[in-house]
Amino acid sequence: MIKIKAKNVDVFYGKKQALYNIGLDIEENQVTALIGPSGCGKSTFLRCLNRMNDVIDICRVKGEILINDFNINDKSCDVVRLREKIGMVFQKPNPFPKTVYENISYGPTIHGMAQSKQEMDEIVETSLKKAALWEEVKDRLHEPGTGLSGGQQQRLCIARAISVRPEVILMDEPCSALDPIATAQIEELIDELKKEHTIIIVTHSMAQAARVSQNTGFFHLGQLIEHGSTDKIFKNPDNTKTQDYITGRFG
Amino acid sequence: MNKSKEQLLNKRYKAEQRFRLYGLGAIFMALLFLTIFIFKIFSTGYSAFQKTWLIVPVTFDAELMMLEQNPSNEDLQDADYYDIALKSMADLDPNANEDQENELKRMVSYFFEKEIKNELLNNPGLIGKTKEVYLTASDDLDQVFKGNYPRDLPEDQRRVSDYQLKIFDQLVAKGKVESKFNISFFTYADSREPELAGIASSFMGSIFSILVCLMIAFPVAVLAAIYLEEFAPKNRFTDFIEVNINNLAAVPSIVFGLLGLGVLLAIFHLPRSTPLVGGITLSLMTLPTIIIAARASLKAVPPSIREAALAMGASRMQTTMHHTVPLSMPGTLSGTIIGLAQALGETAPLILIGMVAFVNTIPGSPMDPAASLPVQIYIWAESAERGFVEKVSACIMVLLGFLIIMNLFAQIIRHKFEKKWS
Repeated sequence: MIKIKAKNVDVFYGKKQALYNIGLDIEENQVTALIGPSGCGKSTFLRCLNRMNDVIDICRVKGEILINDFNINDKSCDVVRLREKIGMVFQKPNPFPKTVYENISYGPTIHGMAQSKQEMDEIVETSLKKAALWEEVKDRLHEPGTGLSGGQQQRLCIARAISVRPEVILMDEPCSALDPIATAQIEELIDELKKEHTIIIVTHSMAQAARVSQNTGFFHLGQLIEHGSTDKIFKNPDNTKTQDYITGRFG
Repeated sequence: MNKSKEQLLNKRYKAEQRFRLYGLGAIFMALLFLTIFIFKIFSTGYSAFQKTWLIVPVTFDAELMMLEQNPSNEDLQDADYYDIALKSMADLDPNANEDQENELKRMVSYFFEKEIKNELLNNPGLIGKTKEVYLTASDDLDQVFKGNYPRDLPEDQRRVSDYQLKIFDQLVAKGKVESKFNISFFTYADSREPELAGIASSFMGSIFSILVCLMIAFPVAVLAAIYLEEFAPKNRFTDFIEVNINNLAAVPSIVFGLLGLGVLLAIFHLPRSTPLVGGITLSLMTLPTIIIAARASLKAVPPSIREAALAMGASRMQTTMHHTVPLSMPGTLSGTIIGLAQALGETAPLILIGMVAFVNTIPGSPMDPAASLPVQIYIWAESAERGFVEKVSACIMVLLGFLIIMNLFAQIIRHKFEKKWS
């Protein structure tokens, strides 16, 4: 089933065009990887999906992005509601400088998801368990989240993102600041999370895209060159640019 | 070839060495000036914290005080102390003529009557008895006792007569002159008599001014900073505002004084010489300082924190209030304290709005006339009496102490509460 449908998406930073006429369908409960060389626009596209580009004054987005058949670029779309449904994990772990518990409980609190302390405790526990972090932090829930290791911080950020039970999770190079062991943990986690969430991951690592994703989109110079099942893109791409990038001839 | 390279290297090392020497020299100069400044203030000012007292036997003669038998407390309040006060001074020299009696009287402060009265009120059993009472020495004798007065000047150029000096020396020889910690410097308001002048009025005036300034400047500045940093669109209009705020920080303080005079006093008719007007005027001055500090500390909050909150579905307002502002508070607060410390040392605008007036009462609220510490320094520095010289330095010491404490406090807030990012 198709969860997100992007049609004719153009993005401009001031006068400079960053994305050209992107059209991409994203399958529900699957992992879609966006790959491509630096500056190709894959992160920009990712940020279109939860309207994070709104934060940048000079950025303009054109075109339609349908999530559950609703155009999020429409004026009637409420970004607060949208971002409740579309969680995001960033490149660098960015926990709030608060306790582990407060990091997780923040989203449910502002969206009024827990009626009591017990409910909140439950949300925190399940979110941390889903993020495979519970065993490591259950005794230090009230210590600062910034005191965890890099990999733990990133899993904390994932736990924070899933605490509001989003339908989609956007991940912007979530492992680029982590060591191989932490990366493996996160990749395992992504595999687990796709049962309940639709995941879109931007990555620089071809191997990672091949390992975790079912679908892949290849971006180059602001254009979506090719997209399809990961198997096909990696084994038998239609476009020579894709072929060149995947075999390491550029990028 | 090799040799010239070595020469070049040597030259570079020498240049670096010279540069270090210049730097050290500059630091040495700065420290030297600072030391001279502090030494001068302390050496002039420390004696102001001591006060000279004459110990004079006073006979509490009921008849002279016009008191009946078994007087009530009220009777004691209303009794006439002038005569016994005068008599006890005159008795220092039984052979004194009328002129000399007058000179004897002027050896103590004009508070001597009150001091004698307080002695009796504290101990009503003294009626009919004689007791040695501590009387504040006149400012000139105070200076003589502290060794600040040139005794070898010809008599007609001195404010102390030979006769007074003779009697004073007799008292000193008998051990009837004592120097004690000068509590009244902190508890008395200003006075024309240096021995009775204190900083209570100006100290309270400064406190009230700073409080008014804080209450106005802090909320306005923080709101302005948050709006400009987090909400305002970046366009020409906001650029224009930003430039003007920075310009405002560079406006000479006396201009704000004129503004206070022309607007607060002339148009709104707020009470003249009060910490209320002083505080409002100072808050105009402090505003840009706090705005700039608050904006800088908002800017220092990493954008990743904002993005994290926004991506969780927090509104802009929630992102700002839950995350950005709390994280920027340490910087904002220390900037505020530094702004207030500047305001505390400000003199010119306060002179213009009339806080330079002679105030011999201690203000109980920001609506009462008062001076402020720096203005008090100015007033005393203008006065002719020798006794005020040490008072000026002492007042500077109090003001500096105040400023150092505030700056220390700002440093502590900054270091203790500033969050570390990941």
